[in-house]
Amino acid sequence: MTPDSLLQVRDLKVHFPVQHGLLSRVKAHVKAVDGISFSLAPGETLGLVGESGCGKTTLGRAVVRLIEPTSGSVLFNGEDITKLDGADLRSRRRGFQMIFQDPFGSLNPRMTVEQIIGEALDIHSLATGDGERSKRITGLLDSVGLSANHAQRYPHEFSGGQRQRIGIARALAVEPKLIVCDEPVSALDVSVQAQIINLLQDLQRERGIAYLFVAHDLAVVEHISHRVMVMYLGQVAELADAKAIVREPKHPYTQALISAVPVVDPEAKRQRIMLPGDVPSPIDPPSGCPFHTRCPIAEPRCHSEKPALREIAAGHFVACHLAR
Amino acid sequence: MPSILSQPGTTPPAASPKAPLLSVRNLCLEFHKDGKVLSAVENVSFDIAAGETLCLVGESGSGKSVTALSIAQLLPAPPARYPSGEILLNGRDVLRMSKTELRQIRGGVVSYVFQEPSASLNPVFPVGRQILESLHLHRPDAAKDGEVIRLLKLVGIPAPDSRLKDYPHQMSGGMQQRVMIAMALASQPKLLIADEPTTALDVTIQAQIIELLRELKQRLGMSILLITHNLGIVSDIADRVAVMYAGQMVESGPANELLTRPLHPYTRALMNSVPQLGSNADRLTAIGGNVPQLGAFPSGCRFHPRCPKAQPECSRQEPEWKEVELGRWGGASPGGPGGAPPPGGGAGGGERAGVDHHYPPR
Ligand SMILES: Nc1ncnc2c1ncn2[C@@H]1O[C@H](COP(=O)(O)OP(=O)(O)OP(=O)(O)O)[C@@H](O)[C@H]1O
Ligand SMILES: Nc1ncnc2c1ncn2[C@@H]1O[C@H](COP(=O)(O)OP(=O)(O)OP(=O)(O)O)[C@@H](O)[C@H]1O
Ligand code: SF4
Ligand SMILES: [Mg+2]
Ligand SMILES: [Mg+2]
Repeated sequence: MTPDSLLQVRDLKVHFPVQHGLLSRVKAHVKAVDGISFSLAPGETLGLVGESGCGKTTLGRAVVRLIEPTSGSVLFNGEDITKLDGADLRSRRRGFQMIFQDPFGSLNPRMTVEQIIGEALDIHSLATGDGERSKRITGLLDSVGLSANHAQRYPHEFSGGQRQRIGIARALAVEPKLIVCDEPVSALDVSVQAQIINLLQDLQRERGIAYLFVAHDLAVVEHISHRVMVMYLGQVAELADAKAIVREPKHPYTQALISAVPVVDPEAKRQRIMLPGDVPSPIDPPSGCPFHTRCPIAEPRCHSEKPALREIAAGHFVACHLAR
Repeated sequence: MPSILSQPGTTPPAASPKAPLLSVRNLCLEFHKDGKVLSAVENVSFDIAAGETLCLVGESGSGKSVTALSIAQLLPAPPARYPSGEILLNGRDVLRMSKTELRQIRGGVVSYVFQEPSASLNPVFPVGRQILESLHLHRPDAAKDGEVIRLLKLVGIPAPDSRLKDYPHQMSGGMQQRVMIAMALASQPKLLIADEPTTALDVTIQAQIIELLRELKQRLGMSILLITHNLGIVSDIADRVAVMYAGQMVESGPANELLTRPLHPYTRALMNSVPQLGSNADRLTAIGGNVPQLGAFPSGCRFHPRCPKAQPECSRQEPEWKEVELGRWGGASPGGPGGAPPPGGGAGGGERAGVDHHYPPR
C-alpha cells in the first residue's frame, strides 16, 4: 500500500444478517464482503470483476459509505471515513461519488436536469448566486456532451446514454477525487457504451479522478482499468495490472473467467476452461479456499487451508496455494 | 441505371447451398396503435438452411426480437400487422396459415428460448411436469418421465431424475436456462429460436450454454436462429450472420467473412465500438448519437446521420438490398459508382460489385 494512495481499504467486511430457515430464530450472515484490502492512487482506475453475487456492488457502496461496513477501515486521504458521522461525513462526501447502472432509478423523475445537478451544488454550497450556479451547470452539461438547452428537461425525455451522462454530470458537480462506477455501461447499447467509456476516460485525464469501476464485461474492464481486482465469494482472488490479469492470469478462477469470454478474432480462440457447478452460497461459503468446490486443480489442503493473498510478482497478488 | 427505388427488394437472396428450412422474404411489420402506424420491420429477407445457425445482431430496438417472434406469429395482432412479405417455413407461408396450423408450429417445428426464464417457465409447477406437458402437446407417445429425464440430461443437468420435482426458483439462472432449452427441445424442433439466451448470465455460465447449443446443433441437426449483441458469441457459433439496424437488414453473410471483413459501415462501426479482450486499443471508436426511435427513422439510408462515411446522397436515396459479393448481402448505396449491379448477377469479378466509396475495403 503506497503512502500516496487516495484510498486505502483495509480488511473490509460487510455481513448482512438473514433469517436462516423459516422457523429458525438463529440469524445467519451473508458474507457479501469478507476481508478485502486494496488501495487506489489518484487518477487510477481499479476494475472490479467477478460473478453475480460475489459482492462487487456491496464493496462499492461500502467504500462510499452508502452501507455501513461490519468491520475494517476505509481511509480516504488518510482519514478513516467509517469513523465519521454527521456534518463531518457530509462534508467529506464531496470527495467521493457514485454512479449507477440504472441512471433512471437514481434520477428524481420530477426534477429537471438543472435541479438535479443544482441540488448537488447546493448541498455543498458550491455556487454562490444564480448566475454562477447556472454557469456551473452549463459547464457540467458541456463536459459530459450535453447542451444548455437540456437543462430544463426531465429524465424521461432522455435516452439511456444521455441519462448516464446526467448521472455523471451530477457526480462531477462536487468535484470528487473518486467515483465508484457500478456497472455504468451495462445497460447501454454497445455504441453508446463506447461513448460513455470515452467520456469517463477523458474526464479522468482532465481532472485526475480515480475510479473504482465495476462491470461484468471483462473486455470493458480491461480497456478502462489500470489494475483489476477479481472477486470470488466476497474475497479477493487476484489483483494485478489489467494486462497481466488478461494475459497471465494466475488464479484458476481468473483463468476460467478469461477463457470463458467469447472473442471475435478466430486466431485468438483459446481452450475454454469449463467450471463445474454454480457459485456456492455466501451464507455458507466453503471451508479452506472458497473456490475449491469448482477448482479444476484443487488439492486436499485446499479444502482445509485458506490461501493467503500473496504477491507472486511485483504488484501481482494471488490467493491460491498453487499459483506461482 | 435502373431505378431501384421503384422496385424495392425484388431480388431474392441467393439460395443457400442446402434448401432453406426458413426463408423470410421482404418481410414488413407494422404496429397499429391509436390510429398511428409505426413501421418496425421493413423489407427484411434472410434464409436459414437445415442444420444452419444464423445469428441476428444489431442494437437495441433494431427489430431483432419482433422479426424472430414473427416466424411463429407470436406477436399480438393487433397491434402487429404484416402488410407484405412472406415467411416460408418448409415452403409454406406462415402468414397464410390457419390458427390450427399455427398452433402446431409453435413449440413444434419452431421452438423458442428467451432471455428471461419467467417467459417460459411457470413458477408454480415443478420443472419435470412442465416438460411433460410440452411432450403431451407435441409428442404424446413420448410423454413419460423417462423422456423428461433424457431431455434434462441432454442439456447437462446433473442427476436429472432427482430434479423433476424442483420448482424453477430452486434452480440457478444457468440451470433454469437449461430447463428452458430442454422444454424447447421436447418437440424435436427443426428450428430453435433463442433470443439473447445468455444475456442475463455470468460469462462462465454463458460459455456453458453456448457450448450446449453448439453440441445440440451437431447432435440433433437442428437449425438455430440466435439473437445476441455479443459478437464474440457470434464468432463462436454462427454459420451466417445478419445485421439489423432501425428495422432493416443492413448486411448478411458467412460468419467468418463478415467478422473479418465487414462491408457495411454500420457493421464495421459496431465491431469497432466494442472493446476486445487482449487488444491494445487506446480509445474506442464510438458511434455518435443514438439508435433512432420507431416512427422517427431517418430518410434515405437510416444509418446516415451516424455514419462516418455518409455522403450527401445517403440522406436522400435508400440503399438497395442486394448480393454484393457471392453469398454476401448488403444495403448498398445507390449513389456510388458500384451502385448498379454488374451484368450477370451479384458476384463481381475483380471490382467489388456494389462496394462503392461507402464500402471501402480496408
Ligand atoms: N441488503 C442485503 N441483505 C442481505 N443480503 C444482501 C444484501 N445486499 C446484497 N446481499 C447479498 O450479498 C451478496 C453480494 O451482493 P452484491 O449485490 O454485492 O453482488 P454483486 O457482485 O454486485 O452482484 P451482481 O453482479 O449481480 O450485481 C449476494 O449474495 C446478495 O444476495
Ligand atoms: N407490441 C408492440 N407494440 C408496439 N411496438 C413494439 C411492440 N413490440 C416491439 N415494439 C417496438 O418495435 C421495435 C423493435 O423491437 P425489438 O424488440 O424487436 O427490438 P430488438 O432489436 O429485439 O431490441 P433489444 O436488443 O433491445 O431486444 C422497438 O422500437 C419496440 O419498441
Ligand atoms: S449509404 Fe452511406 S450512410 Fe448509408 S450506410 Fe451506406 S454508406 Fe452509410
Ligand atoms: Mg452488482
Ligand atoms: Mg430483443
